[in-house]
Amino acid sequence: MASIGLPHEGNGHGLVEHAVLEGEHTFESVTEQIGGAVLKRPYEFRWFVGLLIAGGFLSGFIVAITWLLYRGLGIWGINVPVMWAFDITNFVWWIGIGHAGTLISAILLLLKQDWRTSINRFAEAMTLFAVACAGVFPLIHLGRPWLFYWLLPYPNTMGLWAQWRSPLVWDVFAVSTYGTVSLFFWYIGLIPDVATLRDRAQNVFAKYAYGFLALGWTGSAKHWHRYRTAYVLLAGLSTPLVVSVHTVVSFDFSTANMPGWHTTVFPPYFVAGAIYSGFAMVATLMIPLRSWYGMQSFITIKHIDRMAKVMLATGMIVTYGYFVEAFMAWYGGNPYESNQITRERPLGDYAHSYWTLLFCNCTVVQLFWFRWFRTNPLMVWIFSLIINTGMWFERYIIIVVSLHKDFLPSSWSMFHGTVWDYMTFYGTIGLFMTLVFLFVRFLPAVSIAEVRELVHEHSHHHGNGQHGHGAPATSHGATT
Amino acid sequence: MSHNHPHHEEESPHGLLAEYETTEAILAAAERAYSLGYRKMDAYSSVPVEGLAEAMGMKKNLVAPLVFLGGLGGGLTGFFMQWFASVVHYPYDIGGRPLNSWPAFIPVTFELTVLGAASLATFGMLALNGLPKPYNPLFNDANFAARCTTDGYFLCLEADDPKFDLEASRALLAEFHPKSITIVDR
Repeated sequence: MASIGLPHEGNGHGLVEHAVLEGEHTFESVTEQIGGAVLKRPYEFRWFVGLLIAGGFLSGFIVAITWLLYRGLGIWGINVPVMWAFDITNFVWWIGIGHAGTLISAILLLLKQDWRTSINRFAEAMTLFAVACAGVFPLIHLGRPWLFYWLLPYPNTMGLWAQWRSPLVWDVFAVSTYGTVSLFFWYIGLIPDVATLRDRAQNVFAKYAYGFLALGWTGSAKHWHRYRTAYVLLAGLSTPLVVSVHTVVSFDFSTANMPGWHTTVFPPYFVAGAIYSGFAMVATLMIPLRSWYGMQSFITIKHIDRMAKVMLATGMIVTYGYFVEAFMAWYGGNPYESNQITRERPLGDYAHSYWTLLFCNCTVVQLFWFRWFRTNPLMVWIFSLIINTGMWFERYIIIVVSLHKDFLPSSWSMFHGTVWDYMTFYGTIGLFMTLVFLFVRFLPAVSIAEVRELVHEHSHHHGNGQHGHGAPATSHGATT
Repeated sequence: MSHNHPHHEEESPHGLLAEYETTEAILAAAERAYSLGYRKMDAYSSVPVEGLAEAMGMKKNLVAPLVFLGGLGGGLTGFFMQWFASVVHYPYDIGGRPLNSWPAFIPVTFELTVLGAASLATFGMLALNGLPKPYNPLFNDANFAARCTTDGYFLCLEADDPKFDLEASRALLAEFHPKSITIVDR
């Protein structure tokens, strides 16, 4: 066995097969290294600088929202045909990013993919933060966000209900369920880890704070028994949930009759696009994190390689989606649809956005067919940024290009984002990054309990029941 | 242990805590204690140990049935709410389309099914485990407090068990070569 959990795959090229856990690890060393990043690491200058920059963007967000609440939606560039623009683009972009977290933590858990173990905690946190950023946009786009509760069924003197036949109401339920269930899943996964931090913290305040979050977890065998059942069931529930959420998001478009919005490929192609951008975001964040925090032995080249493969696969599905959209527009014979897809997108006023999208989402990712690109962290990082840019443009194209030229030429109009549009969008990146910086400082970014399980399982392959005291559980990775 | 002491309850310990070095030892000790009739006992480890809960007589748990009930309750509530609103409470004829347009009610029904099931998975598991538990006497043991969530394998026989006897229980735990046996205060 050259790698934990995954048998050595001889590739015949004499290339190194990377392990999911590298180096020699015991329960103690795993706990010390991951927990130490939270408990013992000094506050670093670059962390403060990062938090300060993120906080600066967050401040811009707060200013933009305040001005929006004071002045109203007129400060944005939206107009009568283009009533959805940056806000819904950003909403769909963020919610899509969140989906990779659920995919990594839930679907790969059910498929027993060991390589998810070191990245799932971070990916789940990313999901939560992305859903928080996503949730802002439909709310502020309401115009009068203080009346958001009109979307919910609540007792009122007029006897009114939410419009159950509208995908926008489905979206309220889908996104809020998704946020809640992601929080449950993340927190349940965190309980054994915060218990570890509670038991190892020297600082009294930290001990109380982690102790409060740990809820009195002791690692009782009976508790573990129920815990594992609950965790697997949450994974099982999250899997259809994540598919349903982005499907419902795609219904927001596909139940309308706007040209370019109502193709049946929308739900699967939206879900694939969500996973595509989400994996790109995980890679964007994890690659710097692993080098700054010296976590190369937990987040190995194998993880980066696998993430690149998932991006390649989902990128191909997305490319197929673009192809089917174009094909159906031509084959369907609807003049509005075919004008939209085959003329407005590639040749119209927003052609630059469309070609940017095709370049970012379909072309660049093809280099992931080559192993050199997949196993080079810097390349994967750069490609991830490109892919996320492309995925933002995808939603921008779908929303703005379709809306700006609808059925009636007299109502056509261009959309241009204002400074407030950009401030709100970059502001949510600030919100996201602030939460990420706080998360990596105060909570374990890699699941200690699950990495310990990897060590535990591996030592049992050697017929050795001891951990921490006796012979260390080792991984004879070729790269050690 | 003096049974004549007026403050018997306060003076009696919480139980006996043994620390083992291997999963094999703690599994054997737990199985033996269970077969001798001990019931109020538990084992603690930083990773789930396969078969340990089963060795102490826990064959299944109630989490899965609770999750099923949560999903059922959520789904029925979701569908009923939409049906009631659309057919009974605020019927609205839109071009003669059916009031009970059930396919349109599926997304919300599905989401509430998942929400109900996931809520009971989370809160049901915590409740069955008796968490949150602000005070646990086991943490009076400094070694346990330091290592139960890192690398220790602990077995605790609780004094409330009718089979519990300080000397006999200690001898039983000692059979499996523990690293240490301590008395845990209440």
